[in-house]
Amino acid sequence: MTAVLAAGAVLTMLPLVLVLGYLSWKGLPGLRPTLFLELPVPVGEPGGGLANAFAGSALLVVMALGLGLPVGLLAGLHLAERPGTRLSVTVRYVADVLNGTPSIVIGIAAWAAVVRPMQRFSALAGAAALATILLPLIARTTEEMVRIMPPSLREAALALGYTEWRTALRVIGPAALPGITTGVVVAIARIAGETAPLLFTAFGNPFWSLAPTEPIAAVPLQVYTYALSPYETWQRQAWAAALVLVLTVGGLTFVGRSIAAKRGRRA
Amino acid sequence: MPEPGAPSTLEAVGVTAGYGGVDVVREVSLRFDVGSLTAVVGPSGCGKSTLLRCLNRMHETLDRAHVRGAVRLDGEDLYAPTATPLAARRAVGMVLQQPTPFPTMSIRDNVAAGFAGRGGSRPRGTEADGIVEEALQRAALWHEVRDRLGRSPLSLSGGQQQRLCIARALATGARVLLLDEPTAALDPRSAAAIEELLYDLSRRTTIVLVTHNLQQAARVSTDTAFLLDGRLVEAGPTSAFFTSPRDARTEAYVTGRPVAPA
Repeated sequence: MTAVLAAGAVLTMLPLVLVLGYLSWKGLPGLRPTLFLELPVPVGEPGGGLANAFAGSALLVVMALGLGLPVGLLAGLHLAERPGTRLSVTVRYVADVLNGTPSIVIGIAAWAAVVRPMQRFSALAGAAALATILLPLIARTTEEMVRIMPPSLREAALALGYTEWRTALRVIGPAALPGITTGVVVAIARIAGETAPLLFTAFGNPFWSLAPTEPIAAVPLQVYTYALSPYETWQRQAWAAALVLVLTVGGLTFVGRSIAAKRGRRA
Repeated sequence: MPEPGAPSTLEAVGVTAGYGGVDVVREVSLRFDVGSLTAVVGPSGCGKSTLLRCLNRMHETLDRAHVRGAVRLDGEDLYAPTATPLAARRAVGMVLQQPTPFPTMSIRDNVAAGFAGRGGSRPRGTEADGIVEEALQRAALWHEVRDRLGRSPLSLSGGQQQRLCIARALATGARVLLLDEPTAALDPRSAAAIEELLYDLSRRTTIVLVTHNLQQAARVSTDTAFLLDGRLVEAGPTSAFFTSPRDARTEAYVTGRPVAPA
């Protein structure tokens, strides 16, 4: 019995170990400072890096957070404070469906909603797609974290003559913050590696651009393009960038977990 | 209007309250005099907590709750059209069954939270420190926490946390203190300390104490009110309540016999 369970546990880890191992083998040779500092160069020229893609990905994540975080937090607070209303039940259902929607579909939706009216691919469209993935994750995490707060905490604040707003922002919010932060960090890890929703929104860009209304480069897009190319130098950079992506996601998840663990110890 | 913190008279007049169209408290009229400590007793589900929560307008925070009647604080109806629930809750403080220190604030800030809700006119600086110290003194907690005011309240014992909540309620300037089974979650020694504190506080503050513990009611209260099935059966000085109850149902309850519903 124990052996079977242990085998299952080990098999769960096996894919990650294999992925990390293979990526390290293929990617480490291409992992050098120039990867982050230099722009792509035409095929045949030596050197070059993916600085535009790393900056683009960072900007896309920040813009997606700007769009998705406030709405997600407010939606989550509403779901927690008014769990039974028709609005809440609907929002919760929609959030769960959205969470299960293939990300390419979200990309198509962002293309129809942002790219077509603007008549161009843009960082904004990419950020909108990523924000749509972010939104249900943040709303549901916020709801869960606020709901596990003891109801007496809310009562105590209201009994002091606090308004609902003050109660939410000064007492419940701060108490739930470590859990919400964990959820947000894990959600960032999720969108940082998304490729499909960016294909026809952010589109990618071989040049340096941080303009919100221009097409923008992103690490997953660049990996996709370079990996499909027949050039050995590009492929090596794609492996290195993929390794960086996995390490970033792994690092973010670890940070998220340790925030949650710290909170667990204190309570 | 009297000074904040000055003892006041609180009076419930024909209070009926409940949830979802069902009355839990029916036509209760009860007067809490200056400097009295009134124990509200009765079996589980008799409506004593609901009655208490009507006295500072906390009952209406629940879904589908209703309240009728008047609650007069020194003659002014807390349910008057011009009155607000926030003002009612600042004038009539409340302490819950579970100790509820705010976990992300320091011990000092927990007490200061009692007056932080007042907005722009709230005390600051040394004035705020003075109020915090006075509230902690009155809650008999000052000497235990004076050298760790910046620490987390979660480092305190359950009984200390409950006294911190009492200090927080006093810091609002509340003229009446409502307590809903404040010792139910505490060990006997901490409970005894709270009882002693309530006894001392009642000289300066009007106190209403909901309890299922008759011994506690007998030990600390000046007056006792008995609720059954949402109705007030009997209220009066505690000594008379326990030794010569007027109503047969009260006598049955205080002697531990089954009580026939009203």
